[in-house]
Amino acid sequence: MFKTIKTSQLQLFAMLAAMFVIVIFFSFATDGAFVSPRNISNLIRQTAIVGVLAIGMVFVIISAEIDLSVGSMMGLLGGVAAILDVWFHFPIMLTVVVTIAAGLILGLFNGWWVAYQKVPSFIVTLAGMLAFRGILVGLTDGATVAPTSSSLSIVGQSYIPSGWGVSIVSLLCLGLVAKVYARRKARVKHGVENQPAKFEYAKATIAVFVLMGLLFILESYRGIPTPILIMGGLILLATYVAKRTSFGRRVYAIGGNIEATRMSGVNVERTKMLVFGFNGMMVAVAALILTSRLGAGSPAAGNMAELDAIAACVIGGASLAGGVGAVFGAIMGALIMASLDNGMSMLDVPTFWQLIVKGMILLLAVWLDVKTKKSQ
Amino acid sequence: MKQPLLDMRGIIKSFSGVRALNGVSIQLKSGEVLSICGENGSGKSTLMKVLSGVWPFGSYEGEIYFEGDLVKASSIRDTEALGIVIIHQELALVKEMSVLENIFLGNELGSFARLNDEEMHRRTVELLARVKLDILPDTPVRELGVGQQQLVEIAKALNKNVKLLILDEPTSSLTSTEIEILLNIVSDLKQQGIACIYISHKLEEVLALSNWVTVIRDGDHIDTRPVENLTQNDIISMMVGRELDELFPREEHEIGDVVLNVSHATAKQVGASRAQVDDVSFELRQGEILGVAGLIGSGRTELMQCLYGCYDGHYEANVELEGKSLTIRSQRTALEAGIAMVPEDRKRHGIVPIMGVGRNITLSVLKQYTSWFGALNEDKESQDIDHYIAQLKVKTASPELSIKNLSGGNQQKAIIAKCLLTHPKILILDEPTRGIDVGAKYEIYKLMFALVKQGMSIIMVSSELSEVIGISDRVLVMHEGRLKGQFNHQGLTQEMIMNCAIKEDIANV
Repeated sequence: MFKTIKTSQLQLFAMLAAMFVIVIFFSFATDGAFVSPRNISNLIRQTAIVGVLAIGMVFVIISAEIDLSVGSMMGLLGGVAAILDVWFHFPIMLTVVVTIAAGLILGLFNGWWVAYQKVPSFIVTLAGMLAFRGILVGLTDGATVAPTSSSLSIVGQSYIPSGWGVSIVSLLCLGLVAKVYARRKARVKHGVENQPAKFEYAKATIAVFVLMGLLFILESYRGIPTPILIMGGLILLATYVAKRTSFGRRVYAIGGNIEATRMSGVNVERTKMLVFGFNGMMVAVAALILTSRLGAGSPAAGNMAELDAIAACVIGGASLAGGVGAVFGAIMGALIMASLDNGMSMLDVPTFWQLIVKGMILLLAVWLDVKTKKSQ
Repeated sequence: MKQPLLDMRGIIKSFSGVRALNGVSIQLKSGEVLSICGENGSGKSTLMKVLSGVWPFGSYEGEIYFEGDLVKASSIRDTEALGIVIIHQELALVKEMSVLENIFLGNELGSFARLNDEEMHRRTVELLARVKLDILPDTPVRELGVGQQQLVEIAKALNKNVKLLILDEPTSSLTSTEIEILLNIVSDLKQQGIACIYISHKLEEVLALSNWVTVIRDGDHIDTRPVENLTQNDIISMMVGRELDELFPREEHEIGDVVLNVSHATAKQVGASRAQVDDVSFELRQGEILGVAGLIGSGRTELMQCLYGCYDGHYEANVELEGKSLTIRSQRTALEAGIAMVPEDRKRHGIVPIMGVGRNITLSVLKQYTSWFGALNEDKESQDIDHYIAQLKVKTASPELSIKNLSGGNQQKAIIAKCLLTHPKILILDEPTRGIDVGAKYEIYKLMFALVKQGMSIIMVSSELSEVIGISDRVLVMHEGRLKGQFNHQGLTQEMIMNCAIKEDIANV
């Protein structure tokens, strides 16, 4: 048991350490501008889109599949949202519902081909990557759809009123501590060894401090950005789905050994299709945030976003071989990628260097992972 | 005195402070066979990994001398260069390549630009003759049976000028005829002066083949004895450290009415000319243990796949469970109807290796713990996991430990627990004790009798004839997809089953 806990915690620790190093480095390099409330607010708003994509993608990767179509799909769904908003003046709620439903349908479409028709996901979603982009360009005639209504801007551009933000974060902190307590109690009840109390509560305390600190920083600028609240909500939801539901359990099992899972009577095909459906909905949410932030639907929107999402998952410890990965890790991965983007932009590092650095970081992260696993 | 070919002295190997090997010393001369016996997890594989260079020089204590020289291997390549070749339980052949290509994989003859096909072909024919394998060098490996593949591996080893051949459980998935062929070949190699280390749970083979028997228990070297005057019981008591009264703990139990009636079961691969299961009909009674014997390829496993809904071709059968007719189209329908199966291939079809033991156990019945919106009641789940781990004596440090870290026997117990959680009326066990140590075998037999006493019915497919006779109430024998014979266990001998399984004419007793 020690070994398994050690590896996952080592990974978490490595990610936090990497994050720490990045923050320290850019803070010095930018004379503290990197950690200014304004920039931190910007940075985590930038994280939101890749983060939401990564939440969906991590389920796909855990089930040992891949989705290359999310960039194009995000562009298409963002375009759809913009068209509904700009051309047809749909009310915001209806736009949101229709876009998410469209995301679900596109995801299920991918999933149906993968799960029931047994076409490798790499091919299915590569086809989607091309086709979805094609549909988008066809729908919009290659032109930008703008300007979006002010109500749609709420999704990506607004901030939560201060009182609300404080209450939400306080509740979250309370919930976190209560959860640690409840889990320890349950473990004692079943005679499962607990980690030392000091250690677990120290971890919870650190998390509380980080959340509170973040709240303080954000409040000293304009408050919690709405996209971050949306992402936070989705993190909680997705973590719950992954860890505490039979659906999540089955996704991990499928990624770990699909044959054994099928032999256990699990409806493997349906589960897989639902994974892609869930991913489609996450793409729709990201698309709404994107269109709202840009204030427009652009035919080039979301280009190559699938690679950022995959990189975030992999940096966050997900294995492309399946069965391994976590929502929180994927978010950390997204945050690391966004910090690098943001920091390097502030330092006026040319774009080509940014791409090279990001590529190398991805390679390095996976190499470290392979190394540590081998030495086990 | 002839200098020993291999001399391992006081090998100690620790993993994060735990000693897996505690001073094991073995010696072996050319042309001798040494068998290593021990329960799973006793340290046999670790010892072989040390010897073959998987654990490099310096990562263990003690010395290895080969042909008088100290071995300082840093990988398998180094030991192979010395002439030490290990053939693993899991075969390492490339299925899509031909026999010839496999034999010369990594050692191709000829220049970089052009391969010397004629020479390789000639050598392959020669090597195949040495292992008495009557196949063409161009045959793709995937068309060969497991036994034949094993022989190809040996041919590959011979091609590398092997001096010491290590066979790790070579016969665990072979049929009796295949085993005989393999044993003959090992004896031939012995004549040719090749030394062999033989690891097996099958003590008859060990006694028939070896000059020396070494027993390891919990990393300790218990003893090395010459095979003369050694009996199976001697080895077993050395292995488990206690006397086992008997191998098969048969217990009397009531047999009731017919629960399962299968008639005209037929299964065929799409596009194949021959049916893998050909019009098989049989009955199963409540509280009965029905053994199914036959050679590999006789259709035993395929018949079970039809009953569990996982045959991958076209199949049909009239199945009546407790008088109700049943169409089994998937594993789900089988489980819902009350038929559970422990599959033959534990690694591929049984376990999800990286998941915890507990989560493997509850994988089939997650629905039982699911409340609103798919949420799991983990409290209830843990209770069941704890209960079954205790009941089946699954030895694990924690229910959260990845199941891949368990020994084969404990993995098997966990898979049985998974099946029992579905509360089946009929439990199908396909090779339930393959590659499992004596102690765990005994516990699984005990459990089977406990289950039939509670009214469950069991179908057990097995290649081990002694097990089939020792455990079953009744035995079906299959041959080329057809049911060849049915026997009551009383007075049944291994010869009777083999005769029925091999000979063409129909025998029905």
